[in-house]
Amino acid sequence: MSEGATGADPRRRTLLFGRLFFGLRGAGLPVGVSEWMALMEVLARGVVAPDLTDFYRVARAILIKHEAQFDTWDQVFQAVFGDGQLPTKAAEELLSWLDDPLPLPELSPEQLAALETLPLDELRRLFEERLAEQDERHDGGDRWIGTGGTSPFGNGGRNPAGVRVGGSGGGRSAIQIASERRFRDYRSDRVLDTRQIAVALRRLRRLSRAEGEPELDVDESIDRTCKNAGFLELAFNPPRQNQAKVLLLMDVGGSMTPFTRLVETLFSAASHLNHWKRFDHLYFHNCPYSRLFESVTSTKAVPTSEVVRDKPRDTFLIMVGDASMAPSELLSPHGAIDYFEQNETPGLKWLHLLRSHFTRAIWLNPIPSEHQRGYTIELIAQLFPMFPLTLTGLDHAVDHLVKRTTAPPPDLDPTLFRARW
Amino acid sequence: MRDGAAQAWKGTSDYIAAEDLQRIVNVAAALGRPLLVKGEPGTGKTLLARSIAEGLGLELIAWHVKSTTKARDGLYVYDTVQRLYDSRFHDKDVSDIRAYIKLGPLGRAFASDERVVLLIDEVDKADVEFPNDLLHELDAMSFTVSETGDVVAAKQRPVVIITSNNEKELPDAFLRRVVFHFIEFPDEALMAEIVDVHFPGLDKALLDKALAVFYRLRKVDGLRKRPSTSELVDWLAALIASGIDLDAAGEDVPFIGTLLKRERDVVIAKDSSKPRRWR
Repeated sequence: MSEGATGADPRRRTLLFGRLFFGLRGAGLPVGVSEWMALMEVLARGVVAPDLTDFYRVARAILIKHEAQFDTWDQVFQAVFGDGQLPTKAAEELLSWLDDPLPLPELSPEQLAALETLPLDELRRLFEERLAEQDERHDGGDRWIGTGGTSPFGNGGRNPAGVRVGGSGGGRSAIQIASERRFRDYRSDRVLDTRQIAVALRRLRRLSRAEGEPELDVDESIDRTCKNAGFLELAFNPPRQNQAKVLLLMDVGGSMTPFTRLVETLFSAASHLNHWKRFDHLYFHNCPYSRLFESVTSTKAVPTSEVVRDKPRDTFLIMVGDASMAPSELLSPHGAIDYFEQNETPGLKWLHLLRSHFTRAIWLNPIPSEHQRGYTIELIAQLFPMFPLTLTGLDHAVDHLVKRTTAPPPDLDPTLFRARW
Repeated sequence: MRDGAAQAWKGTSDYIAAEDLQRIVNVAAALGRPLLVKGEPGTGKTLLARSIAEGLGLELIAWHVKSTTKARDGLYVYDTVQRLYDSRFHDKDVSDIRAYIKLGPLGRAFASDERVVLLIDEVDKADVEFPNDLLHELDAMSFTVSETGDVVAAKQRPVVIITSNNEKELPDAFLRRVVFHFIEFPDEALMAEIVDVHFPGLDKALLDKALAVFYRLRKVDGLRKRPSTSELVDWLAALIASGIDLDAAGEDVPFIGTLLKRERDVVIAKDSSKPRRWR
């Protein structure tokens, strides 16, 4: 029994286990020597049944400490004990380009027919060639490996003859359990749910002891009195309260429709967190102008100038939007997408006003950071530090808000507004 | 009692554990390392410790962590007030500090002559630093009472079960020292077994129908709180008590309030069942 899971030759066993250990570390899992020794201990003591399935679950319990890492574990396990590929950084990255695909472009049948259809060998050769050239995620378009495009490579695309990247498994052996990758959904780079957002946002606080009447610290007073041989000694503490005030401004313009649920999730998490001194939210369409709306549907609005006048400067300003619009909506008078808006002042100046007033402001963009590009995104990102609306992005955004008072933005370049759009 | 490593916990008559979980519990007990259990609410994380204690015939010491709990509370409390109070009446010997040291749950688990099961429930409720403050105590299974210099060391390493609801990320140093298990939501077969524990001899037709409705509800997109095992048990109890026929009820799920606790979820669930009518 104590011979453990993998049979007679101890050298072969060491090799195999070594591959597992370094495979896990290579895939970026924080497996340390102490966990490894614990695994060796259970093997030596014969606690593990001599079959791979038992080894799979026992080793996972000892080595992996977060369900978000189970998926990577499955891949490494599959690679070492099955016939899978070790998830090197490159392969991981390739797959991550293909996650959360963009919506499909609408193609006419003629366009579909016009797409190149290649023989398989040719296709494979091109795929490898292109993989060697490509070094980032790509969506849309007709050449690179990515999603939502018409290139023959990737997934969620519309090429009639193409290489699909990413597959599936089945069955019940340990290798097959690993290949099922049931824990894919727990990966931390996936889009978030309410609770995860709430957990991330809870760090958004500013505790201060400075304000308010000091409170009598009963426990400390008793302790001190007792240590003082019964002579009364009182201890006082200023109250600790979260002083954070939050203003959430959300884009509900047309291009935000695909992200409605994500933004709703963020909003419901933020509004249910009874944690801040004050929480306010307002809406805008594509870009804020002279008014901000009180609800998604109604036209009831508050003047932006009033918001700037009334809200304390240290309010955390969280902008949510895709920052994608026609340049005229940012730069031209009367550029607003809503006809009734009739703005004399270009949108970018309103943004600049908001940003100048609030010392702590960030922008959350639901578009994944890899393809946040476009002229208006660039312009807005110069004003607001922009983060993707993912768990990691939110974490960074909260860090940014809590740690740094951002310097006032530079004045806008007047030449920006001269071009005719 | 047999040797620790050989003695295996297999769940108890009122707690059905998946095979994975059984194995991990026994491995953690054999290693003498704490077992960290996570999983959806209602998957029986807290009940696990009680079942282990019962299954292995050990005493259960539970420490329910709250947002204000300090790591020290688990070790011991020095009751200075009582000592001060006693000193006024001269009817007790206040020179003996030991009489005023009260062991906390962790302290009692260490001091016990018998091996015990120690449950540290909802470790993520407390301050972020809380788990770090327990590192040494859980590693060495001993601590020193600073007022007396006494060392409280575990005579028998307790079986330590720690549960977390993922409210806070736990510190790495803490994670390195534990064995980790994530309780997956039971599939229909295991769920049928679990239900059987609560309602022995339940009509199979009713059970099948109820489970079908239950798992359909769980799959509905956009629910804030998906119904879990404990909600299913409540719902079945309501169904049995009322004698309602699920078939007769049609599209509307009777007593849906026992399954879904938020009004918005109920609305979403009802919407989701509509298109089926037109199919």
